[in-house]
Amino acid sequence: MQGLLAIWSRELRAYFISPIFYALSTVFIFIVSFMFFTQLQYYTQYFMQAAQYPTMMERININEMIMRPLFNTMSFVAVLTLMPMLTMRVFSEEKKSGTIELLLTSPVRDWHVILGKFLAAFTLYTAMIGLTMIYPLVLQVYGDPDWGPIWAGYLGLLLLGGGVITIGLFASSLTENQIVAAVICFGAALILWMLDVAAESMTGTLGEVVGYLSVLRHYNTFEKGVVDSTDCLFFLSFIFLGLFITVRSVESTRWRG
Amino acid sequence: MIEVKDLTKKYGNFTAVRDVSFEVEKGEILGFLGPNAAGKTTTMRVLTCFMPATAGTARVAGFDTFSQSLDVRRRVGYLPENVPLYLDMRVRPYLDFIARIKDIPSRERKKAVSRVIELTALEEVENRIVGHCSKGFRQRVGLAQALIHDPEVLILDEPTNGLDPKQINEVREVIKSLAGDHTIILSSHILPEVSKTCERVVIIDQGRIVAGDTPANLDARLRGSQSISAQIRGPVKEVMGLLKKKEGIVDVKTRSSLGDGLWQYDIDVEPGQDLRPSVASSVVENSWDLVELTTVGMSLEEIFLELTTQEEEVA
Repeated sequence: MQGLLAIWSRELRAYFISPIFYALSTVFIFIVSFMFFTQLQYYTQYFMQAAQYPTMMERININEMIMRPLFNTMSFVAVLTLMPMLTMRVFSEEKKSGTIELLLTSPVRDWHVILGKFLAAFTLYTAMIGLTMIYPLVLQVYGDPDWGPIWAGYLGLLLLGGGVITIGLFASSLTENQIVAAVICFGAALILWMLDVAAESMTGTLGEVVGYLSVLRHYNTFEKGVVDSTDCLFFLSFIFLGLFITVRSVESTRWRG
Repeated sequence: MIEVKDLTKKYGNFTAVRDVSFEVEKGEILGFLGPNAAGKTTTMRVLTCFMPATAGTARVAGFDTFSQSLDVRRRVGYLPENVPLYLDMRVRPYLDFIARIKDIPSRERKKAVSRVIELTALEEVENRIVGHCSKGFRQRVGLAQALIHDPEVLILDEPTNGLDPKQINEVREVIKSLAGDHTIILSSHILPEVSKTCERVVIIDQGRIVAGDTPANLDARLRGSQSISAQIRGPVKEVMGLLKKKEGIVDVKTRSSLGDGLWQYDIDVEPGQDLRPSVASSVVENSWDLVELTTVGMSLEEIFLELTTQEEEVA
Protein backbone atom coordinates (compact mmCIF):
# COMPACT_ATOMS: atom_id res chain seq x y z
CA MET A 1 0.00 0.00 0.00
CA GLN A 2 2.85 2.34 0.86
CA GLY A 3 4.34 1.56 -2.53
CA LEU A 4 1.11 2.45 -4.29
CA LEU A 5 0.92 5.80 -2.51
CA ALA A 6 4.59 6.50 -3.20
CA ILE A 7 4.06 5.89 -6.90
CA TRP A 8 0.92 7.99 -6.93
CA SER A 9 2.63 10.98 -5.34
CA ARG A 10 5.76 10.70 -7.46
CA GLU A 11 3.67 10.57 -10.62
CA LEU A 12 1.72 13.65 -9.58
CA ARG A 13 4.96 15.45 -8.90
CA ALA A 14 6.28 14.46 -12.30
CA TYR A 15 3.14 15.87 -13.94
CA PHE A 16 3.52 19.16 -12.13
CA ILE A 17 7.20 19.45 -12.94
CA SER A 18 6.76 18.83 -16.64
CA PRO A 19 5.24 21.55 -18.81
CA ILE A 20 2.86 19.10 -20.51
CA PHE A 21 0.19 19.39 -17.84
CA TYR A 22 0.24 23.18 -17.82
CA ALA A 23 0.01 23.35 -21.59
CA LEU A 24 -2.83 20.83 -21.69
CA SER A 25 -4.93 22.40 -18.97
CA THR A 26 -4.47 25.88 -20.44
CA VAL A 27 -5.64 24.74 -23.86
CA PHE A 28 -8.48 22.84 -22.27
CA ILE A 29 -9.75 25.76 -20.20
CA PHE A 30 -9.37 28.10 -23.15
CA ILE A 31 -11.50 25.93 -25.42
CA VAL A 32 -14.15 25.24 -22.80
CA SER A 33 -14.36 28.96 -21.94
CA PHE A 34 -14.81 29.79 -25.57
CA MET A 35 -17.62 27.25 -25.81
CA PHE A 36 -19.25 28.57 -22.65
CA PHE A 37 -19.12 32.10 -23.96
CA THR A 38 -20.72 31.15 -27.30
CA GLN A 39 -23.45 29.16 -25.63
CA LEU A 40 -24.17 31.98 -23.21
CA GLN A 41 -24.41 34.39 -26.12
CA TYR A 42 -26.81 32.08 -27.91
CA TYR A 43 -28.86 31.66 -24.76
CA THR A 44 -29.26 35.39 -24.15
CA GLN A 45 -30.29 35.97 -27.76
CA TYR A 46 -32.83 33.19 -27.55
CA PHE A 47 -34.07 34.60 -24.26
CA MET A 48 -34.64 38.04 -25.80
CA GLN A 49 -36.70 36.54 -28.62
CA ALA A 50 -38.57 34.24 -26.29
CA ALA A 51 -39.58 37.16 -24.12
CA GLN A 52 -42.08 38.09 -26.85
CA TYR A 53 -43.51 34.59 -27.30
CA PRO A 54 -44.74 32.84 -24.16
CA THR A 55 -44.66 29.38 -25.86
CA MET A 56 -40.96 29.73 -26.56
CA MET A 57 -40.42 30.78 -22.99
CA GLU A 58 -41.59 27.40 -21.74
CA ARG A 59 -38.88 25.63 -23.68
CA ILE A 60 -36.09 27.64 -22.17
CA ASN A 61 -33.82 25.52 -20.03
CA ILE A 62 -30.44 26.71 -18.84
CA ASN A 63 -29.17 23.16 -18.38
CA GLU A 64 -30.14 22.01 -21.82
CA MET A 65 -28.94 25.10 -23.59
CA ILE A 66 -25.65 25.79 -21.86
CA MET A 67 -24.45 22.91 -19.71
CA ARG A 68 -25.23 20.09 -22.09
CA PRO A 69 -23.28 21.48 -25.04
CA LEU A 70 -20.53 22.29 -22.59
CA PHE A 71 -20.33 18.69 -21.40
CA ASN A 72 -20.25 17.61 -24.99
CA THR A 73 -17.28 19.83 -25.74
CA MET A 74 -15.49 18.80 -22.58
CA SER A 75 -15.85 15.11 -23.34
CA PHE A 76 -14.52 15.63 -26.82
CA VAL A 77 -11.68 18.03 -26.00
CA ALA A 78 -10.56 16.77 -22.63
CA VAL A 79 -11.07 13.09 -23.04
CA LEU A 80 -10.56 12.32 -26.66
CA THR A 81 -7.82 14.72 -27.66
CA LEU A 82 -6.00 15.70 -24.47
CA MET A 83 -5.97 12.47 -22.46
CA PRO A 84 -3.63 10.65 -24.88
CA MET A 85 -1.13 13.46 -24.43
CA LEU A 86 -1.41 13.28 -20.67
CA THR A 87 -0.93 9.53 -20.42
CA MET A 88 1.58 8.94 -23.21
CA ARG A 89 4.61 9.32 -20.96
CA VAL A 90 3.43 7.14 -18.08
CA PHE A 91 5.24 3.95 -19.03
CA SER A 92 7.11 5.00 -22.17
CA GLU A 93 9.30 7.39 -20.24
CA GLU A 94 10.12 4.79 -17.60
CA LYS A 95 10.97 2.29 -20.29
CA LYS A 96 13.22 4.70 -22.09
CA SER A 97 15.09 5.92 -19.02
CA GLY A 98 15.39 2.45 -17.51
CA THR A 99 13.51 3.33 -14.33
CA ILE A 100 11.01 0.60 -15.18
CA GLU A 101 13.72 -1.80 -14.02
CA LEU A 102 13.69 -0.04 -10.67
CA LEU A 103 9.93 -0.25 -10.27
CA LEU A 104 9.68 -3.86 -11.34
CA THR A 105 12.46 -5.01 -9.01
CA SER A 106 11.09 -3.17 -5.98
CA PRO A 107 8.91 -4.99 -3.50
CA VAL A 108 5.77 -3.46 -5.04
CA ARG A 109 3.22 -5.58 -6.84
CA ASP A 110 2.77 -4.87 -10.54
CA TRP A 111 -0.87 -3.91 -10.14
CA HIS A 112 0.02 -1.49 -7.34
CA VAL A 113 2.40 0.23 -9.73
CA ILE A 114 -0.29 0.45 -12.39
CA LEU A 115 -3.04 1.49 -10.02
CA GLY A 116 -0.77 4.18 -8.56
CA LYS A 117 -0.11 5.56 -12.00
CA PHE A 118 -3.79 5.36 -12.94
CA LEU A 119 -4.84 7.22 -9.81
CA ALA A 120 -2.26 9.93 -10.43
CA ALA A 121 -3.51 10.56 -13.96
CA PHE A 122 -7.08 10.38 -12.71
CA THR A 123 -6.39 12.88 -9.93
CA LEU A 124 -4.98 15.29 -12.45
CA TYR A 125 -7.88 14.77 -14.80
CA THR A 126 -10.31 15.42 -11.94
CA ALA A 127 -8.48 18.64 -11.15
CA MET A 128 -8.69 19.70 -14.79
CA ILE A 129 -12.40 18.95 -14.92
CA GLY A 130 -12.84 20.58 -11.52
CA LEU A 131 -11.61 23.88 -12.92
CA THR A 132 -14.66 24.01 -15.17
CA MET A 133 -16.96 24.08 -12.13
CA ILE A 134 -16.60 27.80 -12.43
CA TYR A 135 -19.16 27.85 -15.27
CA PRO A 136 -22.11 26.31 -13.44
CA LEU A 137 -21.17 28.55 -10.51
CA VAL A 138 -21.41 31.59 -12.76
CA LEU A 139 -24.78 30.34 -13.95
CA GLN A 140 -25.84 29.89 -10.34
CA VAL A 141 -25.05 33.52 -9.60
CA TYR A 142 -27.07 34.92 -12.51
CA GLY A 143 -29.65 32.22 -13.07
CA ASP A 144 -31.18 29.13 -11.66
CA PRO A 145 -29.62 25.98 -13.10
CA ASP A 146 -30.74 22.54 -11.96
CA TRP A 147 -27.78 20.98 -10.15
CA GLY A 148 -28.91 17.37 -10.48
CA PRO A 149 -28.09 17.04 -14.19
CA ILE A 150 -24.88 18.98 -13.67
CA TRP A 151 -23.59 16.51 -11.09
CA ALA A 152 -24.69 13.66 -13.33
CA GLY A 153 -22.76 15.22 -16.21
CA TYR A 154 -19.62 15.51 -14.12
CA LEU A 155 -19.95 11.94 -12.94
CA GLY A 156 -20.23 10.80 -16.54
CA LEU A 157 -17.21 12.86 -17.49
CA LEU A 158 -15.14 11.32 -14.70
CA LEU A 159 -16.12 7.78 -15.63
CA LEU A 160 -15.47 8.39 -19.31
CA GLY A 161 -12.10 9.99 -18.56
CA GLY A 162 -11.14 7.11 -16.29
CA GLY A 163 -11.83 4.69 -19.10
CA VAL A 164 -9.75 6.57 -21.63
CA ILE A 165 -6.90 6.92 -19.12
CA THR A 166 -6.70 3.13 -18.89
CA ILE A 167 -6.44 2.96 -22.69
CA GLY A 168 -3.65 5.51 -22.48
CA LEU A 169 -1.83 3.49 -19.81
CA PHE A 170 -2.12 0.38 -21.92
CA ALA A 171 -0.86 2.15 -25.04
CA SER A 172 2.05 3.60 -23.09
CA SER A 173 3.01 0.20 -21.72
CA LEU A 174 3.41 -1.11 -25.25
CA THR A 175 6.16 1.17 -26.44
CA GLU A 176 9.00 3.38 -25.32
CA ASN A 177 8.05 5.99 -27.86
CA GLN A 178 5.67 8.55 -26.36
CA ILE A 179 4.29 9.73 -29.68
CA VAL A 180 3.41 6.20 -30.71
CA ALA A 181 1.68 5.71 -27.35
CA ALA A 182 -0.35 8.89 -27.87
CA VAL A 183 -1.35 7.88 -31.39
CA ILE A 184 -2.45 4.40 -30.31
CA CYS A 185 -4.51 5.83 -27.45
CA PHE A 186 -6.11 8.47 -29.64
CA GLY A 187 -6.92 5.95 -32.36
CA ALA A 188 -8.44 3.47 -29.93
CA ALA A 189 -10.54 6.15 -28.23
CA LEU A 190 -11.71 7.52 -31.56
CA ILE A 191 -12.87 4.08 -32.66
CA LEU A 192 -14.86 3.70 -29.45
CA TRP A 193 -16.45 7.08 -30.22
CA MET A 194 -17.28 6.09 -33.79
CA LEU A 195 -19.01 2.89 -32.72
CA ASP A 196 -22.04 5.06 -32.14
CA VAL A 197 -22.27 5.96 -35.82
CA ALA A 198 -21.51 2.40 -36.83
CA ALA A 199 -24.27 1.06 -34.59
CA GLU A 200 -26.85 3.22 -36.30
CA SER A 201 -26.20 1.68 -39.69
CA MET A 202 -26.28 -1.86 -38.34
CA THR A 203 -29.41 -3.81 -37.68
CA GLY A 204 -30.39 -6.71 -35.49
CA THR A 205 -28.27 -8.22 -32.76
CA LEU A 206 -25.03 -6.88 -34.20
CA GLY A 207 -26.35 -3.35 -34.10
CA GLU A 208 -27.46 -3.86 -30.52
CA VAL A 209 -24.10 -5.23 -29.42
CA VAL A 210 -22.11 -2.50 -31.15
CA GLY A 211 -24.52 0.07 -29.80
CA TYR A 212 -23.99 -1.22 -26.29
CA LEU A 213 -20.23 -0.91 -26.73
CA SER A 214 -20.54 2.66 -27.95
CA VAL A 215 -18.93 4.86 -25.34
CA LEU A 216 -20.78 7.92 -26.53
CA ARG A 217 -24.20 6.36 -26.12
CA HIS A 218 -23.51 5.57 -22.46
CA TYR A 219 -22.02 8.96 -21.86
CA ASN A 220 -25.00 10.74 -23.43
CA THR A 221 -27.29 9.41 -20.72
CA PHE A 222 -25.18 11.20 -18.10
CA GLU A 223 -25.18 14.33 -20.21
CA LYS A 224 -28.97 14.27 -20.19
CA GLY A 225 -28.81 14.18 -16.44
CA VAL A 226 -29.73 10.53 -15.99
CA VAL A 227 -27.57 8.32 -13.77
CA ASP A 228 -28.36 4.80 -14.90
CA SER A 229 -26.69 1.86 -13.17
CA THR A 230 -26.22 0.18 -16.57
CA ASP A 231 -24.05 3.04 -17.75
CA CYS A 232 -22.14 3.24 -14.49
CA LEU A 233 -21.46 -0.46 -14.69
CA PHE A 234 -20.39 -0.14 -18.31
CA PHE A 235 -17.75 2.46 -17.48
CA LEU A 236 -16.58 0.70 -14.33
CA SER A 237 -16.03 -2.53 -16.22
CA PHE A 238 -14.35 -0.54 -18.98
CA ILE A 239 -11.89 0.90 -16.43
CA PHE A 240 -11.36 -2.48 -14.84
CA LEU A 241 -10.69 -4.14 -18.18
CA GLY A 242 -8.30 -1.37 -19.19
CA LEU A 243 -6.31 -1.76 -15.96
CA PHE A 244 -6.32 -5.52 -16.32
CA ILE A 245 -4.85 -5.54 -19.82
CA THR A 246 -2.27 -2.98 -18.72
CA VAL A 247 -1.17 -5.27 -15.89
CA ARG A 248 -0.92 -8.11 -18.38
CA SER A 249 1.02 -5.99 -20.80
CA VAL A 250 3.53 -4.96 -18.12
CA GLU A 251 3.89 -8.59 -17.07
CA SER A 252 4.59 -9.56 -20.64
CA THR A 253 7.37 -6.96 -20.77
CA ARG A 254 9.04 -9.02 -18.08
CA TRP A 255 8.86 -12.18 -20.15
CA ARG A 256 10.07 -10.53 -23.28
CA GLY A 257 12.77 -8.60 -21.46
CA MET B 1 22.94 -17.09 -0.10
CA ILE B 2 22.49 -17.23 -3.84
CA GLU B 3 21.96 -20.50 -5.68
CA VAL B 4 21.55 -20.61 -9.40
CA LYS B 5 20.81 -23.96 -10.99
CA ASP B 6 20.75 -24.75 -14.72
CA LEU B 7 19.50 -21.29 -15.51
CA THR B 8 18.50 -20.73 -19.13
CA LYS B 9 17.01 -17.60 -20.58
CA LYS B 10 15.87 -17.27 -24.17
CA TYR B 11 14.71 -14.19 -26.01
CA GLY B 12 12.73 -15.69 -28.84
CA ASN B 13 15.19 -17.94 -30.63
CA PHE B 14 18.21 -16.29 -29.10
CA THR B 15 19.61 -17.98 -26.03
CA ALA B 16 21.15 -15.34 -23.81
CA VAL B 17 22.04 -17.62 -20.91
CA ARG B 18 22.54 -21.36 -21.18
CA ASP B 19 22.55 -23.79 -18.25
CA VAL B 20 24.32 -21.49 -15.87
CA SER B 21 24.86 -22.77 -12.33
CA PHE B 22 26.77 -21.16 -9.50
CA GLU B 23 26.54 -20.40 -5.83
CA VAL B 24 27.54 -17.48 -3.72
CA GLU B 25 28.18 -17.80 0.00
CA LYS B 26 27.03 -15.26 2.54
CA GLY B 27 29.34 -12.28 2.77
CA GLU B 28 31.21 -13.13 -0.39
CA ILE B 29 31.93 -10.79 -3.29
CA LEU B 30 31.53 -12.55 -6.60
CA GLY B 31 32.80 -11.00 -9.80
CA PHE B 32 30.92 -11.67 -12.95
CA LEU B 33 33.25 -11.29 -15.83
CA GLY B 34 32.56 -11.45 -19.51
CA PRO B 35 32.65 -9.53 -22.74
CA ASN B 36 29.66 -7.40 -23.65
CA ALA B 37 26.54 -9.39 -24.49
CA ALA B 38 27.82 -12.46 -22.65
CA GLY B 39 24.69 -12.83 -20.54
CA LYS B 40 25.77 -11.01 -17.39
CA THR B 41 22.92 -8.55 -17.33
CA THR B 42 20.37 -11.23 -18.17
CA THR B 43 21.53 -13.40 -15.28
CA MET B 44 21.34 -10.43 -12.95
CA ARG B 45 17.87 -9.53 -14.17
CA VAL B 46 16.68 -13.02 -13.34
CA LEU B 47 18.25 -12.81 -9.88
CA THR B 48 16.58 -9.47 -9.18
CA CYS B 49 13.18 -10.74 -10.36
CA PHE B 50 13.02 -8.32 -13.25
CA MET B 51 12.38 -11.23 -15.56
CA PRO B 52 11.66 -14.92 -15.06
CA ALA B 53 13.99 -17.60 -16.38
CA THR B 54 13.02 -19.80 -19.30
CA ALA B 55 14.30 -22.86 -17.46
CA GLY B 56 16.16 -23.61 -14.26
CA THR B 57 15.86 -22.01 -10.86
CA ALA B 58 17.45 -19.18 -8.96
CA ARG B 59 17.15 -18.79 -5.21
CA VAL B 60 18.21 -15.71 -3.30
CA ALA B 61 18.39 -15.77 0.48
CA GLY B 62 16.40 -19.00 0.43
CA PHE B 63 13.53 -17.64 -1.66
CA ASP B 64 12.71 -18.57 -5.22
CA THR B 65 12.98 -15.64 -7.60
CA PHE B 66 9.86 -16.69 -9.47
CA SER B 67 7.38 -17.97 -6.91
CA GLN B 68 8.51 -15.83 -3.96
CA SER B 69 9.47 -12.80 -5.94
CA LEU B 70 8.37 -10.15 -3.42
CA ASP B 71 10.40 -11.76 -0.63
CA VAL B 72 13.45 -11.79 -2.87
CA ARG B 73 12.94 -8.19 -3.97
CA ARG B 74 12.76 -7.05 -0.35
CA ARG B 75 16.21 -8.54 0.28
CA VAL B 76 18.00 -7.47 -2.87
CA GLY B 77 19.53 -4.14 -3.76
CA TYR B 78 20.02 -3.75 -7.47
CA LEU B 79 22.00 -1.26 -9.48
CA PRO B 80 21.18 -1.82 -13.14
CA GLU B 81 23.61 -0.97 -15.89
CA ASN B 82 21.55 2.09 -16.87
CA VAL B 83 21.25 3.79 -13.51
CA PRO B 84 17.49 4.15 -12.97
CA LEU B 85 17.18 7.80 -12.05
CA TYR B 86 14.31 10.24 -12.30
CA LEU B 87 16.34 13.09 -13.69
CA ASP B 88 13.83 15.77 -12.75
CA MET B 89 13.88 14.96 -9.03
CA ARG B 90 16.29 16.20 -6.39
CA VAL B 91 18.64 13.67 -4.82
CA ARG B 92 17.06 13.54 -1.37
CA PRO B 93 13.43 13.30 -2.50
CA TYR B 94 14.49 10.68 -5.03
CA LEU B 95 16.04 8.56 -2.29
CA ASP B 96 12.98 9.16 -0.13
CA PHE B 97 10.79 7.84 -2.94
CA ILE B 98 13.00 4.75 -3.22
CA ALA B 99 12.77 4.24 0.54
CA ARG B 100 8.98 4.31 0.24
CA ILE B 101 8.73 1.77 -2.57
CA LYS B 102 11.25 -0.43 -0.77
CA ASP B 103 8.79 -0.68 2.09
CA ILE B 104 10.81 1.16 4.73
CA PRO B 105 8.42 2.25 7.50
CA SER B 106 7.84 6.01 7.55
CA ARG B 107 9.50 6.44 10.96
CA GLU B 108 12.82 5.06 9.73
CA ARG B 109 12.76 6.59 6.29
CA LYS B 110 14.59 9.80 7.08
CA LYS B 111 17.31 7.91 8.93
CA ALA B 112 17.72 5.43 6.09
CA VAL B 113 18.08 8.22 3.53
CA SER B 114 20.65 10.05 5.66
CA ARG B 115 22.56 6.83 6.21
CA VAL B 116 23.04 6.11 2.50
CA ILE B 117 23.82 9.74 1.73
CA GLU B 118 26.64 9.53 4.22
CA LEU B 119 27.75 6.10 3.06
CA THR B 120 28.05 7.12 -0.58
CA ALA B 121 29.30 10.63 0.25
CA LEU B 122 26.46 12.48 -1.42
CA GLU B 123 26.16 15.28 1.13
CA GLU B 124 27.26 18.01 -1.25
CA VAL B 125 24.63 17.19 -3.88
CA GLU B 126 21.69 16.07 -1.74
CA ASN B 127 19.61 19.08 -2.76
CA ARG B 128 20.67 19.13 -6.36
CA ILE B 129 18.46 17.95 -9.23
CA VAL B 130 19.62 14.49 -10.25
CA GLY B 131 19.81 15.49 -13.92
CA HIS B 132 22.29 18.24 -13.02
CA CYS B 133 24.67 15.88 -11.24
CA SER B 134 27.86 14.62 -12.83
CA LYS B 135 28.17 11.04 -14.01
CA GLY B 136 30.13 10.11 -10.90
CA PHE B 137 27.48 11.45 -8.57
CA ARG B 138 24.71 9.81 -10.56
CA GLN B 139 26.44 6.47 -10.23
CA ARG B 140 26.70 7.03 -6.50
CA VAL B 141 23.04 7.99 -6.27
CA GLY B 142 22.36 4.70 -8.03
CA LEU B 143 24.46 2.89 -5.47
CA ALA B 144 22.68 4.72 -2.63
CA GLN B 145 19.37 3.64 -4.15
CA ALA B 146 20.47 0.00 -4.09
CA LEU B 147 21.63 0.25 -0.48
CA ILE B 148 18.78 2.14 1.06
CA HIS B 149 16.92 -0.81 2.58
CA ASP B 150 20.16 -2.35 3.82
CA PRO B 151 19.69 -5.46 1.67
CA GLU B 152 21.35 -8.79 2.38
CA VAL B 153 22.23 -9.19 -1.26
CA LEU B 154 23.61 -6.54 -3.57
CA ILE B 155 23.60 -6.97 -7.31
CA LEU B 156 25.61 -4.38 -9.17
CA ASP B 157 25.74 -4.33 -12.93
CA GLU B 158 28.91 -2.61 -14.06
CA PRO B 159 29.02 -0.27 -11.05
CA THR B 160 32.07 1.65 -12.25
CA ASN B 161 31.03 1.97 -15.87
CA GLY B 162 31.97 5.33 -17.33
CA LEU B 163 33.61 6.77 -14.25
CA ASP B 164 37.03 8.40 -14.11
CA PRO B 165 39.85 6.60 -12.27
CA LYS B 166 39.38 8.60 -9.07
CA GLN B 167 35.65 7.92 -9.00
CA ILE B 168 36.26 4.24 -9.79
CA ASN B 169 38.45 4.03 -6.74
CA GLU B 170 35.84 5.71 -4.57
CA VAL B 171 33.07 3.39 -5.71
CA ARG B 172 35.37 0.41 -5.26
CA GLU B 173 36.10 1.48 -1.70
CA VAL B 174 32.38 1.74 -0.94
CA ILE B 175 31.79 -1.74 -2.34
CA LYS B 176 34.67 -3.23 -0.40
CA SER B 177 33.45 -1.64 2.81
CA LEU B 178 30.11 -3.40 2.31
CA ALA B 179 31.58 -6.90 2.05
CA GLY B 180 31.09 -9.13 5.02
CA ASP B 181 27.61 -7.97 5.97
CA HIS B 182 26.38 -8.11 2.41
CA THR B 183 26.62 -10.73 -0.27
CA ILE B 184 27.62 -8.98 -3.45
CA ILE B 185 27.60 -9.89 -7.11
CA LEU B 186 29.15 -7.37 -9.42
CA SER B 187 29.64 -7.61 -13.12
CA SER B 188 32.24 -6.04 -15.28
CA HIS B 189 34.04 -6.40 -18.53
CA ILE B 190 37.02 -4.60 -17.06
CA LEU B 191 39.36 -7.06 -15.42
CA PRO B 192 41.37 -5.15 -12.85
CA GLU B 193 38.00 -4.16 -11.48
CA VAL B 194 37.14 -7.71 -10.66
CA SER B 195 40.55 -8.88 -9.53
CA LYS B 196 40.79 -5.96 -7.15
CA THR B 197 37.39 -6.16 -5.50
CA CYS B 198 36.25 -9.76 -5.77
CA GLU B 199 37.10 -12.86 -3.85
CA ARG B 200 35.82 -15.14 -6.53
CA VAL B 201 35.40 -14.72 -10.26
CA VAL B 202 32.99 -16.35 -12.66
CA ILE B 203 33.87 -15.89 -16.29
CA ILE B 204 30.89 -16.05 -18.58
CA ASP B 205 30.89 -16.01 -22.34
CA GLN B 206 28.10 -16.48 -24.86
CA GLY B 207 25.70 -17.39 -22.11
CA ARG B 208 27.89 -20.09 -20.58
CA ILE B 209 30.20 -20.19 -17.60
CA VAL B 210 33.68 -20.91 -18.88
CA ALA B 211 35.57 -20.70 -15.59
CA GLY B 212 34.93 -19.96 -11.96
CA ASP B 213 37.51 -19.63 -9.18
CA THR B 214 39.46 -17.15 -7.10
CA PRO B 215 41.58 -14.75 -9.12
CA ALA B 216 44.73 -16.43 -7.74
CA ASN B 217 43.61 -19.96 -8.62
CA LEU B 218 42.53 -18.97 -12.07
CA ASP B 219 45.94 -17.55 -12.49
CA ALA B 220 47.62 -20.76 -11.35
CA ARG B 221 45.38 -22.99 -13.41
CA LEU B 222 46.33 -21.27 -16.56
CA ARG B 223 50.07 -21.24 -15.99
CA GLY B 224 50.16 -23.59 -18.98
CA SER B 225 51.26 -20.86 -21.26
CA GLN B 226 53.79 -19.30 -18.98
CA SER B 227 56.57 -17.33 -20.57
CA ILE B 228 59.89 -15.75 -19.75
CA SER B 229 60.86 -12.26 -20.65
CA ALA B 230 64.57 -11.63 -21.13
CA GLN B 231 66.80 -8.75 -22.16
CA ILE B 232 69.96 -10.01 -23.78
CA ARG B 233 72.75 -8.11 -25.51
CA GLY B 234 74.17 -10.21 -28.33
CA PRO B 235 73.71 -11.18 -32.00
CA VAL B 236 70.00 -11.75 -32.47
CA LYS B 237 70.17 -14.70 -34.83
CA GLU B 238 72.58 -16.66 -32.69
CA VAL B 239 70.68 -15.94 -29.51
CA MET B 240 67.43 -17.06 -31.07
CA GLY B 241 69.05 -20.18 -32.54
CA LEU B 242 70.54 -21.18 -29.24
CA LEU B 243 67.40 -20.60 -27.22
CA LYS B 244 65.16 -22.39 -29.66
CA LYS B 245 67.33 -25.50 -29.47
CA LYS B 246 67.01 -25.69 -25.69
CA GLU B 247 64.77 -28.36 -24.28
CA GLY B 248 61.51 -27.12 -22.81
CA ILE B 249 61.38 -23.97 -24.87
CA VAL B 250 58.44 -23.78 -27.25
CA ASP B 251 59.02 -20.55 -29.04
CA VAL B 252 61.23 -17.48 -28.96
CA LYS B 253 60.34 -14.10 -30.32
CA THR B 254 62.04 -10.73 -30.23
CA ARG B 255 59.73 -8.10 -28.98
CA SER B 256 61.75 -4.93 -29.45
CA SER B 257 65.24 -3.57 -29.82
CA LEU B 258 66.38 -1.53 -26.85
CA GLY B 259 69.36 -0.10 -28.73
CA ASP B 260 73.06 -0.84 -28.54
CA GLY B 261 72.53 -4.52 -29.48
CA LEU B 262 70.20 -5.07 -26.56
CA TRP B 263 67.00 -6.95 -27.41
CA GLN B 264 63.92 -7.89 -25.51
CA TYR B 265 62.89 -11.54 -26.02
CA ASP B 266 59.67 -13.33 -25.22
CA ILE B 267 60.34 -16.98 -24.51
CA ASP B 268 57.39 -19.38 -24.28
CA VAL B 269 58.20 -22.38 -22.17
CA GLU B 270 56.50 -25.67 -21.41
CA PRO B 271 54.51 -25.59 -18.20
CA GLY B 272 55.81 -26.76 -14.87
CA GLN B 273 59.50 -25.99 -15.20
CA ASP B 274 61.59 -23.02 -14.35
CA LEU B 275 64.01 -22.56 -17.21
CA ARG B 276 65.49 -19.30 -16.00
CA PRO B 277 68.79 -20.78 -14.63
CA SER B 278 69.43 -22.73 -17.78
CA VAL B 279 68.74 -19.73 -19.99
CA ALA B 280 71.01 -17.61 -17.83
CA SER B 281 73.91 -20.07 -17.96
CA SER B 282 73.77 -20.50 -21.74
CA VAL B 283 73.76 -16.73 -22.24
CA VAL B 284 76.72 -16.32 -19.95
CA GLU B 285 78.62 -19.22 -21.59
CA ASN B 286 78.45 -17.34 -24.88
CA SER B 287 79.63 -14.22 -23.10
CA TRP B 288 76.58 -12.22 -24.03
CA ASP B 289 75.12 -9.77 -21.54
CA LEU B 290 72.06 -10.81 -19.61
CA VAL B 291 70.35 -7.66 -18.45
CA GLU B 292 66.99 -8.93 -17.24
CA LEU B 293 65.27 -12.26 -16.79
CA THR B 294 61.75 -12.66 -15.40
CA THR B 295 58.84 -15.04 -15.64
CA VAL B 296 55.62 -13.59 -16.85
CA GLY B 297 52.48 -15.05 -15.32
CA MET B 298 49.31 -14.63 -17.30
CA SER B 299 47.35 -11.69 -16.08
CA LEU B 300 43.67 -12.10 -15.50
CA GLU B 301 43.27 -10.10 -18.64
CA GLU B 302 45.07 -12.71 -20.70
CA ILE B 303 43.23 -15.56 -19.05
CA PHE B 304 40.01 -13.84 -19.93
CA LEU B 305 40.96 -13.40 -23.54
CA GLU B 306 42.23 -16.95 -23.73
CA LEU B 307 39.01 -18.40 -22.36
CA THR B 308 36.64 -16.25 -24.30
CA THR B 309 38.40 -16.62 -27.63
CA GLN B 310 38.71 -20.39 -27.23
CA GLU B 311 35.00 -20.54 -26.75
CA GLU B 312 34.50 -18.68 -29.98
CA GLU B 313 36.57 -21.19 -31.89
CA VAL B 314 34.46 -24.06 -30.58
CA ALA B 315 31.34 -22.32 -31.77
